[in-house]
Amino acid sequence: MTGTSPAVVSASKLGLTFQTNDGPVQALSNVDLTIGKREFVSFIGPSGCGKTTLLRVIADLEKPTSGTISVNGMTPEQAREKRAYGYVFQAAALFPWRTIERNVGLPLEIMGLSKAEQAQRIKRTLDLVNLSGFEKKYPWQLSGGMQQRASIARALAFDADLLLMDEPFGALDEIVRDHLNEQLLELWGSTNKTICFVTHSIPEAVYLSTRIVVMSPRPGRVSDVIESTLPKERPLDIRETPEFLAIAARVRDGLRAGHSYDD
Amino acid sequence: MNWLKPSWQAVLAIVLCLIAVALGAMSKPEAAALADPAASFNYPYIGTKGLMFGLVALAALISMTRIPLLAEAVVLFVGAHLVAWLLISGISGFEGTALASYFLLLTAAWLLGWRCVAVLSGLRPMASWTRTALRLIIPAIFGAWILIIWEAVTRGAGIPFILLPPPSAIGARIASSLPVLGADVRQTIFKAVIFGYVVGSGAGFITAILADRVPFLRRGLLPIGNMVSALPIIGVAPIMVMWFGFDWQSKAAVVIIMTFFPMLVNTVAGLAASGHMERDLMRTYASGYWQTLLKLRLPAAAPFIFNALKINSTLALIGAIVAEFFGTPVVGMGFRISTEVGRMNIDMVWAEIAVAALAGSVFYGVVALVERAVTFWHPSVRGG
Amino acid sequence: MDSFRDKLVPVTSILAGVVVLWYVFAVILNTPFQRDLDRRAGETPALSEFIGKTLSQPKPTLPAPHQVAVNFFENTFLRSVTSNRSLVYNAWVTLSSTLLGFAFGTALGIIIAVGIVHVATLDRSLMPWIIASQTIPILAVAPMIIVVLAAIGITGLIPKAMISTYLSFFPVTVGMVKGLRSPEIMHLDLMHTYNASASQTFWKLRVPASVPFLFTSMKVAVAASLVGAIVGELPTGAVAGIGAKLLAGAYYSQSIDIWSALVAGSVVAALLVMVVGIAGRIVDRAMGGRPA
Repeated sequence: MTGTSPAVVSASKLGLTFQTNDGPVQALSNVDLTIGKREFVSFIGPSGCGKTTLLRVIADLEKPTSGTISVNGMTPEQAREKRAYGYVFQAAALFPWRTIERNVGLPLEIMGLSKAEQAQRIKRTLDLVNLSGFEKKYPWQLSGGMQQRASIARALAFDADLLLMDEPFGALDEIVRDHLNEQLLELWGSTNKTICFVTHSIPEAVYLSTRIVVMSPRPGRVSDVIESTLPKERPLDIRETPEFLAIAARVRDGLRAGHSYDD
Repeated sequence: MNWLKPSWQAVLAIVLCLIAVALGAMSKPEAAALADPAASFNYPYIGTKGLMFGLVALAALISMTRIPLLAEAVVLFVGAHLVAWLLISGISGFEGTALASYFLLLTAAWLLGWRCVAVLSGLRPMASWTRTALRLIIPAIFGAWILIIWEAVTRGAGIPFILLPPPSAIGARIASSLPVLGADVRQTIFKAVIFGYVVGSGAGFITAILADRVPFLRRGLLPIGNMVSALPIIGVAPIMVMWFGFDWQSKAAVVIIMTFFPMLVNTVAGLAASGHMERDLMRTYASGYWQTLLKLRLPAAAPFIFNALKINSTLALIGAIVAEFFGTPVVGMGFRISTEVGRMNIDMVWAEIAVAALAGSVFYGVVALVERAVTFWHPSVRGG
Repeated sequence: MDSFRDKLVPVTSILAGVVVLWYVFAVILNTPFQRDLDRRAGETPALSEFIGKTLSQPKPTLPAPHQVAVNFFENTFLRSVTSNRSLVYNAWVTLSSTLLGFAFGTALGIIIAVGIVHVATLDRSLMPWIIASQTIPILAVAPMIIVVLAAIGITGLIPKAMISTYLSFFPVTVGMVKGLRSPEIMHLDLMHTYNASASQTFWKLRVPASVPFLFTSMKVAVAASLVGAIVGELPTGAVAGIGAKLLAGAYYSQSIDIWSALVAGSVVAALLVMVVGIAGRIVDRAMGGRPA
């Protein structure tokens, strides 16, 4: 599956060591990974396994200390300067002094798009995340789930092919999270995006992904890669099917194998 | 006794009234008239004494019956202020002759006023406009009572004018010397304060941006700025007067120096206040330094910058007024205060202080209003 | 320790820059007067000699740092501390009224804050005035307090201390109200579940929670107190104190004296703030606070 389309992200022997007061910490070690076009890849693992760090390396928010990585065939820095990806953080990180529409328009302003173009894109992306009618609201007037949807709209607004999401629904309650998961899949199906998705929820990872990358800590590394056999159309109750549960069990096994119990 | 709900303020007020009645005369002329019934003396409260005692007792008693809280507050408000008004207007012409019962009655009226404020503080109205009104009325009554007690005590006890003039005299003085006060305000505030405030705050702001671009400068300037804000900078006033002469320029220079550091320190702190996540977000947009500054870091720093602007509004006024103590042309608020103090025209000094207080509050209020408009999104402004 | 070293180099180099700039400005500002002097004396000194002269005038427009340093050193260490010209003596005069006013102001501020936190009526009626009064240039009252109290025979330490009290109690009140209200709802609820009385909640929760706020506001208060004492010395032509030195220096154009009095005032201010800061840290540590 990965071989059939050109790589969007390709990393080889990637390593990253942080210098801390307690000595060096190996956040990533020897990561080899290729992500093809239109894939939905989840990164899952216990805290400290480097899944967020890996996403930040792809986004050029961290610099690797060894190995190579390319995004859309460029270095991450070039990709960032070309605005090749949208990034969704753990929290909505909306600016409280801007209305929802001006928040979504923020990257467009920075890219220097015309006012008309901005307005048109804001409308389209807000429609995409079902936030039409809330354009003039301020972030603090919205619920947590709506805020996170607005932040996804903001990441979609400049139409990058790659979407990087760092536990975007981690702070939301189960019901809202299910709902947003469904919407995210729908969105992914209706656009041509590649999505990298960091999570620590096994059901979420299995439900969303075409491929699940299991990571383990100390040092942060890829311990297993699981291809999903689930169909593209995924209603929420697919989570009760044996097929789903089998994949979830594999992921759990992978996590257990990678986890060292000596500490 | 179901219809009664006693309050200690009302009970005490009635007790004080009774003691005052037992003590008899409220002023020296009245005591003289009582001692010598044959002679005809004119004395204060000939016709109103009974009325005042009656009002206090009546208001106190009504307030203790089970009536709606709002009605209770109104009764207390009317009773307390009517008595206070009668007391103050009655003593005029007989200043300094008040006896103990006068002060007892004043205390009784004040207790009613206190009870009124206590009742109002206990109200929890639903409508937001009544809450706002209460927020204004309660401190207003408190402030009014400071003035009432000040007026009644200075007049009743005949405190020497040069020590503490009554508020009414200060008010009269303000009304009669508006042109002089106006000229002083123009000299001190419209020339020295505004100019110094704008230049000092602006320079502090620009230096902070500069320090932000050059980390070396920031690491060095921040500790220095923090320390300087604890120093008695006002002491540079004589030097500035030597350098820039007696006119407003030297005062503006003092104001510039005093307002520079608070702005510098607060802006630098504010520029560091935006979250990591937000800054990473701007980085993923490949946003340049100035775009990040304009769109993220300055808005996030706005509460800090306004904090500095508010601190500076007070500092600027203090700086300009105190600097005038070291020499001015014959106009200016600080000049007026120091010369009128020398001439023992204390009412003029108070008038000038009242104007300064008003100017300070207005200045601060304008900055605070702009702040509310600009940082409407901040939790402290939007209230939760 | 790392952060200290991080700051040390930039701070010292900026201070060194200030000293260099100071010399440059001293030469520039003192040049006109020196040129005037030389013209009258008919001298045409060489440049280096001329610069030396600008930096050693007796009443310069801007005294050079070394002139201030020498003056400060002489008046601090070489004079007997009882001498009227000794900076130690003058600083002590100002310091004593500062401390007296600061002590009263802190006590008053704490009492008012406790009242505001516990009596709803005071909170609703007095607190707005406390906040509003911070917008008023209180220092303007200083000369009147001094002169009026002098008129009824109260002079010396007390009037100045009153101004210091007045200036220092505002920050303490505001800080303490904030501090006494700083316990979280959860902690207050916890005390409520214990059926703790108001005084138990006060001593076991509110007071410990307010300590950091107290010391932060005391730092502001002690600096304000010193400013109050200095300004309090201005209007009457007080005979001693840092403010009196400033005024005398301004009167006789003794610019070097003004600068060294300023330095003395700054040293006193820095020491006071430092002492309060150290006291705060000791109390914090005694209460089991984490070393920051």
